Amino acid sequence: MYPASFEYHPAASVQDALALLAKYGDEPKLLAGGHSLIPVMKLRFASPAHLIDIGRIPALSAITDGGSAVHIGATARHASVVSSPVVRQKVPLLAEVASHIGDPLIRNMGTIGGSLAHADPAADLPAAMLALGATLVATGPAGTRTIAADDFFTDVFTTALHPGEMLTEIRVPARGAGSGGAYEKNPDPASGYAIVGIAAQVQVSGGTITAARVGMTGLGPKAMRLAAVEGALTGKPATAATVAAAAAHAADGLVFVDDARGSAAYKGNLARVHTRRALARALAAATA
Amino acid sequence: MATTAQPGASLMGASVRRKEDPRFITGTGRYTDDLKLAGQTYAAFVRSPHANATINAIDASAALAIPGVHAVLTGEDMKKAGVNPIPPGWLHPGIKIAEYRALAVGRVAHVGNAVAVVIADSPTIARDAADAVVVDYTDHPAVADAVSALKPGAPLVHADAPGNVVFTWQLGDAAATDAAIAGAKTVVKQHLVNQRLIANAMEPRASLASYDPAADELTLYVTSQNPHVHRLIMGAFVLGIPEHKFRVIAPDVGGGFGSKIFIYPEECVVAWASKVVGRPVKWTATRSEAYLTDAHGRDHDTDVEMAFDANGKIVALRVKTVANLGAYLTLFAPAVPTYLYGTLLSGQYNIPAIHVDVTAAYTHTTPVDAYRGAGRPEATYVLERTLDVAARQLGIDPAELRRRNLIAPDAFPFQTAVALQYDSGNYEPALDKALAMVDYKGFRAQQAAARAKGKLLGIGLSSYIEACGLAPSHIVGSLGAQAGLYESGVVRIHPTGKVTVLTGSHSHGQGHETTFAQIVASELGCTIDDVEIVHGDTGRVPFGMGTYGSRSGAVGGAAIFNSLQKVKEKGRKIAAHLLEAAPEDVDFAGGNYFVKGSPSRAKGFGEVALAAYLAHNIPADMEPGLEATTFFNPGNFVFPFGTHIAAVEVDSETGQVTVQRYVAVDDFGNVINPMIVDGQLHGGIAQGTAQALWEGAQYDSNGQLLTGSLMNYAIPKAEFLPNFETDRTVTPSPVNPLGVKGAGEAGTIASTAAVANAVIDALSPFGITHLDMPLTPAKIWSAIQGAKGGN
Ligand SMILES: Cc1cc2nc3c(=O)[nH]c(=O)nc-3n(C[C@H](O)[C@H](O)[C@H](O)COP(=O)(O)OP(=O)(O)OC[C@H]3O[C@@H](n4cnc5c(N)ncnc54)[C@H](O)[C@@H]3O)c2cc1C
Repeated sequence: MYPASFEYHPAASVQDALALLAKYGDEPKLLAGGHSLIPVMKLRFASPAHLIDIGRIPALSAITDGGSAVHIGATARHASVVSSPVVRQKVPLLAEVASHIGDPLIRNMGTIGGSLAHADPAADLPAAMLALGATLVATGPAGTRTIAADDFFTDVFTTALHPGEMLTEIRVPARGAGSGGAYEKNPDPASGYAIVGIAAQVQVSGGTITAARVGMTGLGPKAMRLAAVEGALTGKPATAATVAAAAAHAADGLVFVDDARGSAAYKGNLARVHTRRALARALAAATA
Repeated sequence: MATTAQPGASLMGASVRRKEDPRFITGTGRYTDDLKLAGQTYAAFVRSPHANATINAIDASAALAIPGVHAVLTGEDMKKAGVNPIPPGWLHPGIKIAEYRALAVGRVAHVGNAVAVVIADSPTIARDAADAVVVDYTDHPAVADAVSALKPGAPLVHADAPGNVVFTWQLGDAAATDAAIAGAKTVVKQHLVNQRLIANAMEPRASLASYDPAADELTLYVTSQNPHVHRLIMGAFVLGIPEHKFRVIAPDVGGGFGSKIFIYPEECVVAWASKVVGRPVKWTATRSEAYLTDAHGRDHDTDVEMAFDANGKIVALRVKTVANLGAYLTLFAPAVPTYLYGTLLSGQYNIPAIHVDVTAAYTHTTPVDAYRGAGRPEATYVLERTLDVAARQLGIDPAELRRRNLIAPDAFPFQTAVALQYDSGNYEPALDKALAMVDYKGFRAQQAAARAKGKLLGIGLSSYIEACGLAPSHIVGSLGAQAGLYESGVVRIHPTGKVTVLTGSHSHGQGHETTFAQIVASELGCTIDDVEIVHGDTGRVPFGMGTYGSRSGAVGGAAIFNSLQKVKEKGRKIAAHLLEAAPEDVDFAGGNYFVKGSPSRAKGFGEVALAAYLAHNIPADMEPGLEATTFFNPGNFVFPFGTHIAAVEVDSETGQVTVQRYVAVDDFGNVINPMIVDGQLHGGIAQGTAQALWEGAQYDSNGQLLTGSLMNYAIPKAEFLPNFETDRTVTPSPVNPLGVKGAGEAGTIASTAAVANAVIDALSPFGITHLDMPLTPAKIWSAIQGAKGGN
């Protein structure tokens, strides 16, 4: 379908984009890869009068090694994240998660910042951000601030970004020795989005799980950490029995409804099964 | 592997690379939406958001005020102008035909029913203006599923179709069937839902109409599988335009699967509107519109009783089906759940008594019509799924149960209990070959070992027959078809010996430009590059019936073949004249006419062609020129058959199904191009597997389509499927000179039951005997929990 008409503004720099955002008040939308925004506009669910294209800002897509963290520019494409040597070496979980997004066409266009800012409750990257304890950098009229991934996703398609702000960078802590991650995705056969996706990153030291972060996407209004699972892992021996016991808590506190994707019971089961599978692989990676 | 053409060599049976593909894969195909005519305008439709509503008023004032809008037209405007409703092309006694207007008048009967059209300078303006048209509706309760629609008190779809019954239809001997069932050792009963599907051709429907007032001639470019049928019905019945003033062109068409056979409201509106506004008008469907308005497929609710004697022989089959035809009757709709379904219910089996009883219902949903296989997949599913249920109940291996009931090879021609006479067939070799390919015994052992470890493996067979090559005109005429189903083929030899073929068949993915050229090249000894295949234009091609029902090779190809014989025969007379020999002493081979026994006394085909056109030196009583026309009317259907086997693994924790192997052994008679046939088969298997596992249109109780996009209607993706392992047996069809049968639909016909059977087989340790499709992970998991006594 054809979107309603709009004005297109290519931004030359972050400052330029922010100025345009300020200028057009409530009306504008940032355009990055366009792979969430344009479909919504074509269906006329959204009809922004102004589009500010940040996809052409040269430095905004860089992926750099920041030592203890990998710094990823907001407009880095999913495909760049997947193939980046720094990402693969220092935060392999992120590369794995990004490789599950859509298909090659989508990954060649969609951006990390766009996906996170869009905050689709079934998107893959938010789970990775939570599991990896990433920090999101937002820039606005008042300057730059950082937001912990834990605080970033607030509701369905809603984030902690203020109006007039944009995401400029994502900082992902590099994994240390004894740390391993894995992503288990159960994709919807139609859309390819996650019915459930579990991203797990665990730290093992001397046969004991010393830290664990588990991010879940798909089954809730937003991506969320599975605190009960994490709690059941930390301090326990790095064994299959620990994993099984912890995974049993994957649906704790979550409320599911019966819908076209399955019964509430089925969804709780999926959360547990995929959590167990993700944790088993994460442990294997941590102890490899 | 693909080969390239060698001049002179027979190309029949060669996997020649498709001639048409370079233009498709380099973006130089010409689809309807690619065409731009001077002064072209664009149509956008105002569609009903309600499934059942009265139209109180239409206010177009805001739309008309938008700059660039030429017109806003309504159903009342069309009716006043004398445009008629769109008729179905197949009738039954007592059928209730609801008025199907291109733009609704007074009321709407499904979501997406077109109410008005905006004609504007650009697609965007047209869309904006369509959104600005205000329609005042009174919304009424709706009914979306056919079983509910037939219940007393259900919302009525059309006042003149009481009880929402379109027609009832029966075939077979009811009394004999009742008696056989009453006396049977075992009667297997099963309720089966064959869910509604949406075709999803890659190219959405489109049309572009242009009216030339000077010649009083209308040209319509349209995504059609059968442009002459479009011209006939739109011209003669809907718009009232004489055929010699109406040209329909179906240029490159990107897939149809049946959905582009029918005469749709949009092309009627566009054709009429181009005359009203005096400018060419174009419309291209969005994917969302395709979901709401392309005719859907399947949608049967069936009760089966299959009765057996003590030896596991089927003694009778009773089938009661409710078919959902949607809100209006489209072209083939009445034939699909009847003649294309009931007649196939004998399958490959010797079933002495069969009775089928069909009730077709109107509902407040998108019309349902032929979708790849059309009736035959539904029949195959009924037989093959029930046979597996029976095998379990009788304690007989499913392959063995099928084998016991096959029609013997010496029983042909075989008269079934449901009207068809199978002319040829030999089913056991295909079954054996498929079982050997999949290593059936080995799989059963592997399955048992896997089960011991809690792994769920399953295997499913589907031994199918189908009747295609539609169709003997006298037979279909006696069954209610409003036209015959022959095909035209013109072979025009140019003075240089190059060849133009005009065919009434229409290629929208099938590769006719290659396979038909192979027939010509093989017969004339030229290369396929010497041959041009012209199709899809009523201005160039003689009247033809188009492509559906796997008929192009068996009917369209046969017409071309027969024209080639006529041309060759005339050429022989000319050659004999030039060689001063008697015609019966002249042979033709490798592109040369020569005197028998002295091959050096020869004339090339090109020389003969030139002589035919120069006409200086041809037999005195002969007309110049070298061209022949054939209208080939087949004597019977053709009957492809085969056995498909799927092997699956079910993840008991998630319900996820993985198709591990897929083996297909088919008998398509002689095969012109094995690569193209495999391609047809592969696509069909993908679609049929998708019905078993993923696809299914869903409506809510208000008649809203819940699966209205690719985001929530799961079409198959390559990564979901294994490599298909195909092989063939060859039993040439006796009804056409090429000995070919149709291969376009077999994949969808066979595969759905094979995959569904495999999944249920995998679940059999839980005592699960049947689940309705699509066999989604959620459904499978819940069934396993239910069987375990959990929730
Ligand atoms: C067919 C298809 C399949 C897909 N499958 C998947 C999948 O399996 N998993 C998955 O996770 N995703 C999937 N996606 C979504 C894809 O990952 C998108 O690319 C992503 O969600 C949005 O990124 P974008 O760069 O395209 O953003 P846009 O579409 O350009 O923007 C999305 C939203 O974010 C805002 N925005 C963009 N950049 C910024 C920024 N820097 N700061 C603040 N706001 C910003 C925009 O204003 C807009 O509101 C799929 C998309 C399609 C079309």
